[in-house]
Amino acid sequence: MTAASTWLLLTLAIPLLGALGVLAAHRHANTREAITLVSAAALFTAVVQVLLGFVAGRELTLELWPLFPGLPLLLKVEPLGLLFALLASGLWLVTSVYSIGYLRAKHEEHQTRFYLLFAIALFATVGLAFAGNLLTLFVFYELLTLSTYPLVTHVGNPQAMAGGRRYLGILLLSSIGLFLPAILWTLQVSGTLDFVPGGILSGHLDPQYAALLLALFVLGVGKAAVMPMHRWLPAAMVAPTPVSALLHAVAVVKAGVFTLTKVVIYIFGTGYLATIPAERLLVYLAGFTVIAASLVALRQDNLKRLLAYSTISQLSYIVLATLSLSPMAQIGAALHMLAHGFGKITLFFAAGAIYVAANKTQVSQLDGIGRRMPWTMAAFAIGALTMIGVPPTGGFISKWLIVAGAYSQDDYFVMAVIAASTALNALYFLPILKRAFFNPESIPPSRDHGEAPWPMRLALLITAGASLLLFVFHAPVIELEKSIVLVLP
Amino acid sequence: MLQHLPILLVVIPLLAAPICSLLPPGRAPWLLATGVSWLALWIAVVLFMQVQQAGVIVYAIGGWPAPWGIEYRLDAVNALVQLLVTSIMAVVLPFAALSVERELDHDRLGLFYAVVLLLFAGLMGICATGDAFNVFVFLEIASLSSYALIAMGRDRRALTAAFRYLIMGTLGATFYLIGIGLLYALTGTLNMQDLAVRLPEVAATRTAHTAVAFVVVGLSLKLALFPLHLWLPNAYTYAPSAVTAVLAATATKVMVYVLLRFVFGIVGVQFSFGVLHLNQIFLVLAVLGVISASLVAINQTNVKRMLAYSSVAQLAYMILGVAMASVTGLTATLLHLFNHALMKGALFLAMGAIAYRIGNSDVASMRGLGRRMPWTMAAFVVAGLSLIGMPLTVGFVSKWYLILGALQLGWWPVVGIILGGSLLALVYIWRIVEIAYFQPNEDGVREEAPLALLLPMWALVIANLYFGIDTRLTIGAAESAARVLMGLGP
Repeated sequence: MTAASTWLLLTLAIPLLGALGVLAAHRHANTREAITLVSAAALFTAVVQVLLGFVAGRELTLELWPLFPGLPLLLKVEPLGLLFALLASGLWLVTSVYSIGYLRAKHEEHQTRFYLLFAIALFATVGLAFAGNLLTLFVFYELLTLSTYPLVTHVGNPQAMAGGRRYLGILLLSSIGLFLPAILWTLQVSGTLDFVPGGILSGHLDPQYAALLLALFVLGVGKAAVMPMHRWLPAAMVAPTPVSALLHAVAVVKAGVFTLTKVVIYIFGTGYLATIPAERLLVYLAGFTVIAASLVALRQDNLKRLLAYSTISQLSYIVLATLSLSPMAQIGAALHMLAHGFGKITLFFAAGAIYVAANKTQVSQLDGIGRRMPWTMAAFAIGALTMIGVPPTGGFISKWLIVAGAYSQDDYFVMAVIAASTALNALYFLPILKRAFFNPESIPPSRDHGEAPWPMRLALLITAGASLLLFVFHAPVIELEKSIVLVLP
Repeated sequence: MLQHLPILLVVIPLLAAPICSLLPPGRAPWLLATGVSWLALWIAVVLFMQVQQAGVIVYAIGGWPAPWGIEYRLDAVNALVQLLVTSIMAVVLPFAALSVERELDHDRLGLFYAVVLLLFAGLMGICATGDAFNVFVFLEIASLSSYALIAMGRDRRALTAAFRYLIMGTLGATFYLIGIGLLYALTGTLNMQDLAVRLPEVAATRTAHTAVAFVVVGLSLKLALFPLHLWLPNAYTYAPSAVTAVLAATATKVMVYVLLRFVFGIVGVQFSFGVLHLNQIFLVLAVLGVISASLVAINQTNVKRMLAYSSVAQLAYMILGVAMASVTGLTATLLHLFNHALMKGALFLAMGAIAYRIGNSDVASMRGLGRRMPWTMAAFVVAGLSLIGMPLTVGFVSKWYLILGALQLGWWPVVGIILGGSLLALVYIWRIVEIAYFQPNEDGVREEAPLALLLPMWALVIANLYFGIDTRLTIGAAESAARVLMGLGP
C-alpha cells in the first residue's frame, strides 16, 4: 500500500476514530471537544495529503471489500470528489469551533450524541466523495441520511419529530423509490457501476430511455433538492444551527449535487447526453427550481427558512450548469459548490450567532442589529453578496463561468434563469442588509446584547474570509477541475 | 460416526425431548435443550461444509438403499436451511431461559422445552429427508408441537389462535398428504428423486395436475402465502415471545424450502411453470401479499401483530423470487429466506425483551422506550432498518437480488411493488421508532432488559450487519442452491 492510499484509507478511519473518541470521552466535555477538533484537523490534513498524491499524478484506487460478487466497495480519487472532500473536511474544522460556542451558550442536551453523529456524518460524506462506483456512493449516501436524522431531531420535541419525519421520509422515499432502481437499471444494462470518464451507458442503453433514467437519478437524488423533492430541506431547519450550517448548507446538499454531477459526467457522459433531446426537460426542471425557490424565499420571514429556500435555488444552479453540458459551465458548477458552501455556511453561522446573542429568528426582528453585532453582520453581508454573485466574492466567478459556458452554447434559457435569479437573490438579501445596518432599532431589545461568543465569531469570520479569498484564488480550483471535462473521448 | 451426522441431527432432539419432559422443572430442561441446540448447530456447520465440498450427501436409513428405504439427502439447498434453523435455535434458546420463566407457569417448563425439541426435530427432519411421505410425518411432528407451543401463551386468546392454526394447519397437511397419495398412486414411489424421474411420463394426466395442485395449496397454507395467511397474525401475536421468534424465523422458512423442493426438485420447472403456470399464480399472490400485508401492518395496535403482518409480506417477497423462475430470482428467495430469519428473529427477540419488562407489546406501551430500554430499542431500530432494506444490512442484499431478478425479466411494475413494500416497511417501523423516542413516558426510569436477553438479541442484530457487509457466505450458498434447484449443477 502506497503512502497516498494509506492517507486515503485514513480519511475514512479518522472520522470513525473520532466518533469512538467522542463516545469514550463523554463525561469530559473539554476532552470530548478536543477530540472533535483534533479529528477534524487530522481529517483535513489527510484529505490534503490525498490531494498532493493525486496532483503528483498518482492513480489512487482502493478496493475495500466485495459487497456483491464483482461489485466491490471501492474508493477512487478524482478531482470533483477531492474538491468536495476538501470543502467538507475544512468546514468541519470551522464548524466544530462554532459548535462548541453554540452548544455551550445554548446549554444544549445530549452534546456527546451531537458530536458523535457529526463525526459519523463526516465519515459518510468523505466516503461518498471518494466513492469509486455507484454502489459505494449509494451506501454512503444512505448512511449520511440516517446519521443526520438524529441531528435534525436533536431537540426531541414534537416539532423536531415532524421535521425529522419529513426529512427522512422524502430522502428515503426518493433514494429507495427512484435512486436505487436507477442504479440497478444502470447495472442491468451496462454490467458495471464504475465511474468511468466518458460514461458507461453509451451504446448500452436505448437513447429513448436515457432521459427516463436521468430523470430517475435527478429526482431520486433527493439531497440535490430539485423540485418537487425539495421539501425536506426547509423541514431540516428544526435542527440546531451548526447542523443546518455544515450539513444542510454543505455536506448533505452538496452530496446531492455532487452525486448528480458524477452521474452526468461519469455514468452518462456528457457526449452521450448531448445526443438525447429530452434531456432538456430536466434542464427546465432545474431552471424552474432556481426561480421558484427564490420566489418562495422572498416571502419567508424566518431567517433559517429563507436561507434554506435560497439553498434549494443555489443547488439547482449547480444541477442546471451540469445538465447544460457546456464544459465551462460544468467547471463553474464545481466552483459553485465551493463558493456556495463558503457563502451559505457564513450566512447560517450568522443566523446562529444572532439567535444565540439576541434570541432572534425572524428577519423582521433584525432592525438595527448591525450596530450591535458588526462583525457578524459584516460576514452576513459577504455571504449575501456571494449568493447574489457580486465581486469581490467567489460566487461571482462561478456564476461568470456558468453564464459564459451557457453563452458559448447559445443556451439562452440558462442565461435567462441565472439573470432572473440574481435579481431575485438581491431582492431578498439586500433588504435584510438594509434593515440590519440602516434601520433604527424599533423595539427596545428585551436584553442588552453584543456579539455572540468568540468561537462563533471566529468561525464565521473564517468562512467569510474564504468567500473573499476564493474570488482571488480561484485559478487552482479551475485548474484541478479542468480534467473532469477535458477527458471526454 | 461422522457419516451418521445427517440422521443424528434429527435423532438427538427427538430423543432429548422425552428426557426433557422427565427432568425436574427449573433450569435443567432449559440446559438440556440449549445444549442440544448447540450440538445441532455444530453438526449443521460440519454438514454444510461437507456439502460445499462434496455437493450431495446421501444417507440411507437402516442401510436400506432408496427407493426401497428412506434416504436423507443433503444438497446445497437444505444444508443452508438446516444451518439457518439450527443457528436460530442456538440463539433463541439461551434467550428463552428468562423470557419463558416470566411468561409460563413454573411446572410447565419441562414440557415446554420438550415440545420445543420436538419442533426442532420435526423441522430438521423435513429439511433432511428425501422422501415425500417422510416430509409429511415430520411436518405433523413440527405442526403439532407448534400448536402446543402457541397455546402456552399467557394471553387466553392464545388458545383460540392455536386452535385456528390447528384447523388451518391440518387442512394444509391433509392437502399435502392427498397430493402425495395421488402421486404415489400414479408413480408407485415416494422417493423424491424417483418421483422426479417418473412424473414426466404421467404428467399429462389429470391426476398429476390435481396432485400438484393439492400439494401446492397445502404448502401455501403452511407457509402463509397470501391469502392463506389468516392463521399467522394471531398465532405470532399470542404465542410466548421466544416461540414467536422461533416460528417466525424458522417454521415458515422450512415450508418455503419444501415448496422449492417440490416445485423445482420433484415437479420440475418445465411442468410446474411451463404447463401448470404456477409462476403466474405465485406472481399475482406475491404482489398482492406484499402490498396488502404491508398496508395492514401499518395500522396495528400491537407491535407483535404488526411484525406478523410484515412477515406475511416478507414471505410474499420470497414467493416473488420463485415466480421469477430464474437463478437470480431463486437466489433472491433463498437469500431472503436466510436474511429475513435474521431480521425477524432480532425484532421478535427485542419484542420479547420489551414484554419481559413492560408485560405487553401494545404500540401505546412503546412510549419512552428509547430512554427506558436504550439497547433493546437500538436493536429494534437496526433490525428495522434491515427490514426496510438499508445498505450494509442483510435486507439490502436480498432486495438487491430481488430487484435485479425483476429487471432481468423486464418486470418494471414488480420492481415498483418491491420498492413500495420497502417504503411501507419504513412507515410501519418508523411509527414505532417515533413513539419510542419522541413520546415521553411518565416514569422515565432506565430499566434495560437483563444481559441474558440482550446478548442473543444483539447476536442476531450483529448477524444482520455482518451478513450485510460480508456477503460471500450467504450469496455463494444461495446462488449454488439456486443453481441446484434450477438443475444447472452447483
